[in-house]
Amino acid sequence: MAETTTQASQRLILWLLLAPALIWLLGLILLPHLDLALLSLRERTGPGEYAFGLAQYRTFFSEPLYWDVFVRTATLSVIATALTLLLAFPIAWTIAKLTRGRLSALLFAVCLIPFWVSETVRTLGWMILLRETGVLPSLLVTLGVTEVPIEMLYRDATILVGLVYTSLLFMVVPLYGSLESLDDSLIEAGYDLGGNGWTVLRTVVIPHAAPGITAGCIVVFMLTLGNYLTASLLGGKNSLWFTEQIYTQFITRFNWEQGAAFGFLLLALSSVMVWIGLRLSGQRFSDVMSRT
Amino acid sequence: MTTFDLEAKGLSKHFGTHTAVDALSFGVERGSFFSILGPSGCGKTTLLRMIAGFVEPDAGDVEIGGRSMRGVPPNRRPVNMVFQQLALFPMMSVGENVAYGLARRGVRRADRERKVDEMLERVGLPGSAAKRVDQLSGGQRQRVAIARSLVLEPTLLLLDEPLGALDLKLRERMKIELKQLQAAFGTTFVYITHDQSEALVLSDRVAVMNGGRFEQVGTPQELYYSPATPFVAGFVGANNRIEGRVTSIDGDLVEVRSESGWAVHARRQGALRLGDAAAAFVRPEVAVLGRSMADLALAEPAAVHRGTVESLLFDGANSVVLLREQASRCEFRVALPQTGRYADLKVNEPVLFSFAADRAVCFATGSAHG
Amino acid sequence: MTAVRTRRRVALLACLLSGCASLANAAGGTLRIITWADYVPADVVAQFTKETGIKVEVALSNNEEIISKLRATRGAGFDLAQPSQDRILGPQQEFGIYKPIDLAKVQVDRIQPDLLATVRRNATIGGRLYALPYVWGAEGLVVNTKRTQINDYLDLCRADLRGRTSVRLRRPTLMAFAFAMGKDPFALYSDTKAYTALMEQVGARLIACKANFRFFFDNRDQLLNGMRSGELHAAMMWDSGGWKLNRENPDIKFIAPKSGALGWLDTYALPARGKNEAAAYAWINFTLRPEIAARIAKSIGNFSAAKGADQLTDPVLRAQFAASFPEGFKSVRWYPAIPPGLEEIEGRILDRVKAAK
Repeated sequence: MAETTTQASQRLILWLLLAPALIWLLGLILLPHLDLALLSLRERTGPGEYAFGLAQYRTFFSEPLYWDVFVRTATLSVIATALTLLLAFPIAWTIAKLTRGRLSALLFAVCLIPFWVSETVRTLGWMILLRETGVLPSLLVTLGVTEVPIEMLYRDATILVGLVYTSLLFMVVPLYGSLESLDDSLIEAGYDLGGNGWTVLRTVVIPHAAPGITAGCIVVFMLTLGNYLTASLLGGKNSLWFTEQIYTQFITRFNWEQGAAFGFLLLALSSVMVWIGLRLSGQRFSDVMSRT
Repeated sequence: MTTFDLEAKGLSKHFGTHTAVDALSFGVERGSFFSILGPSGCGKTTLLRMIAGFVEPDAGDVEIGGRSMRGVPPNRRPVNMVFQQLALFPMMSVGENVAYGLARRGVRRADRERKVDEMLERVGLPGSAAKRVDQLSGGQRQRVAIARSLVLEPTLLLLDEPLGALDLKLRERMKIELKQLQAAFGTTFVYITHDQSEALVLSDRVAVMNGGRFEQVGTPQELYYSPATPFVAGFVGANNRIEGRVTSIDGDLVEVRSESGWAVHARRQGALRLGDAAAAFVRPEVAVLGRSMADLALAEPAAVHRGTVESLLFDGANSVVLLREQASRCEFRVALPQTGRYADLKVNEPVLFSFAADRAVCFATGSAHG
Repeated sequence: MTAVRTRRRVALLACLLSGCASLANAAGGTLRIITWADYVPADVVAQFTKETGIKVEVALSNNEEIISKLRATRGAGFDLAQPSQDRILGPQQEFGIYKPIDLAKVQVDRIQPDLLATVRRNATIGGRLYALPYVWGAEGLVVNTKRTQINDYLDLCRADLRGRTSVRLRRPTLMAFAFAMGKDPFALYSDTKAYTALMEQVGARLIACKANFRFFFDNRDQLLNGMRSGELHAAMMWDSGGWKLNRENPDIKFIAPKSGALGWLDTYALPARGKNEAAAYAWINFTLRPEIAARIAKSIGNFSAAKGADQLTDPVLRAQFAASFPEGFKSVRWYPAIPPGLEEIEGRILDRVKAAK
């Protein structure tokens, strides 16, 4: 009898402890998404009149523009993720394996610096730096590299630079975690048994760091895919980023139904890409999540 | 003529102001089991890493199989290493671990698999190639680590305290196994450890290392019975240490009297003069114990000392009784006879003990030589 | 102990979920306005608060955002909004975000009658008026005469101006280019099919012209900076921005295009679920006072709809106006109300322009 009471109260305490998380999950994530899902399945039949239908999704597939933007966003995000990985790996390696104490803390701080200012300010900073009358083009003219100032903004390469810059930390942290836990003697064993830098990296370091690499890639990919400011400000007139499309549909076109459908397509895209990433790297979702 | 598989010539390494390895020169005979024994921080790990190629010496050279290793990276040296924590690749199967080095050498897959199977068979793990590393016991992992190195047929196998992580029972078994493996393969082993028992049991020759130098290099028996320095005497095996000054010299035998007035006789090691500060070392098993003079049954005349039982330290065959010399209150250990006699000693019981002076050794200590 | 804490948490959550807005709004005498930059000058607010005791909170926005935000709350969150007169009818029919103006509460006689008539024509639904005029102006071209000469919107597409012009990727650009191409989009508002065809034509023209656009500007400062730095030689711009540039650099001129400037008229409108209607009417009447209206018009750099506030008395502006509109306002076209659904057609065209390479 007494035992049942304790069990019951323990269960109550468990639920109470879980309650904030559950309410958060249900109220602020699940419900809005359900609402959006329903919204995306409506089509307008007249002023203020709506009927159930798949018109929004049909529009996406029938209008090549949206499909192109979708593919472009995914492609650029994958490229940005790959570049971030290439750039972050040596940084994480340096922090985890080559430096100790204060120096590695300093290196971490360097990666953190971009986040001391808001994304808007950061992006505007890039614009000031890269615009035709900006610092870098003038410098190139002064140095005699170019004859006239060249416009460095509004190019895909610029978007990539901005995205990589913004994402670096989110790749360095999980990479650092997984490299830190790699026993140095494993690397030495790799060399000792005849491996060179590349084979040790390929056969020892990368397999060990795989969960961290996957975690970093997932985070960065999602951040990039969902990025709005960097892509739209640095991209200029040609930059069509899918989030921009969603924003446009919701805010400037008042077409919430289309925006909701786009939102779900983006969700599907990121889920599929994450799934592919996990399959390719042979990782399990739970392992990877414990690394982030 | 003896051939050396490993020769160090004036090898030195400094870290800042700390000298890890101090102008070491030594040779390791082909096919022998050579141990480097020393306390942690004595420089033995640095020495091993210089041989493996992970640490660049400040001065001197390492020759392996007669070839200078200057500028040769670890992956090009005919040396393989068994790491302290074994460093088996956890993401690879047992077979892949053993095949790793072969693959790096470009051995074809079919040959690789054949060699791996052979090697696993030789180390007593037939058919384990597909197993995951974490499915193996500690001892089996040890064998995989050795197989992974030996499959490359190195001139030299370095072992960095590989038994350290094992529990006592397993360690005892693995000692024997290591010795057998070495004998079976005939590869030269260089083994570093801080455990004197491992070094004594396994090795053909042992170097006792301290402060970046070798104190003594010799067979286990030489180290045990004829330690060359007070450090070796204190480090290798258990020893009673009695410090004092030399009060008389009779040929090789000297008398050392401690400050508290206890005089013992011991065999002189190295130069000693009257009045020198000195330390005598007496192994617990060298001393005999008795309740009466008759019990001591001395074969030849020797000094008889009196003491009281401080405590009885029972450890099976290694049991000792801890005494205090009556007059000086100096601590002294005596091994209990295997017969089980004296197991009934009581604390504070007065006893007699004695030891043959030529089985005790005496060294000069400190700056007595001026 | 735990129970108390839990209860407090529940209360907090309930508060979070309900938006807790009611708590913040309970403080009487606050007027929340969603409007454009410069439309509510601080000194005017200060005087209003001093006279009436009503505090004013301003949210800066644009036409689309005003509609989107009000749509999200079904007309709540603000007591007064200032959309353009052509953007009332469609959204109101579609989303019902405004409530009608009670003319009895407004000093209508202070408003210029012809502007009121325009708004009446475009913002009357079911016989009830949903907006009153506030400020107006015209959109045309801004050009750096040191660098180039242009007359009409299509000149922005001239080969020698490659990478040196800019427009907004918004509907006024579609309208302006349609007129420049000799078409009348307003006449096709009610004919969806023909309108779609026209918009596709305009879209194709803009795509062909895309290499000339350095960027599509999103806000006034972006465009002004582009002109000031010399990165842009000519652009589509509205009058106040053009005249501002002209005051800084006489080489930069604001001109009415040959095909006609497009006239815009921003309004007062009441969000459907605004809380403080009395404050909104008080503000409307306050800002219709000639001297206040004049101050506001000066702050915006455009013209007030209030009688007697005509800041063309400012000699500099009068000269600029005369230079830009030699024929007066005869050539200015006013936007008619946009029927619901049209913007979806335009949106798709704008997306295509943006995506085109």
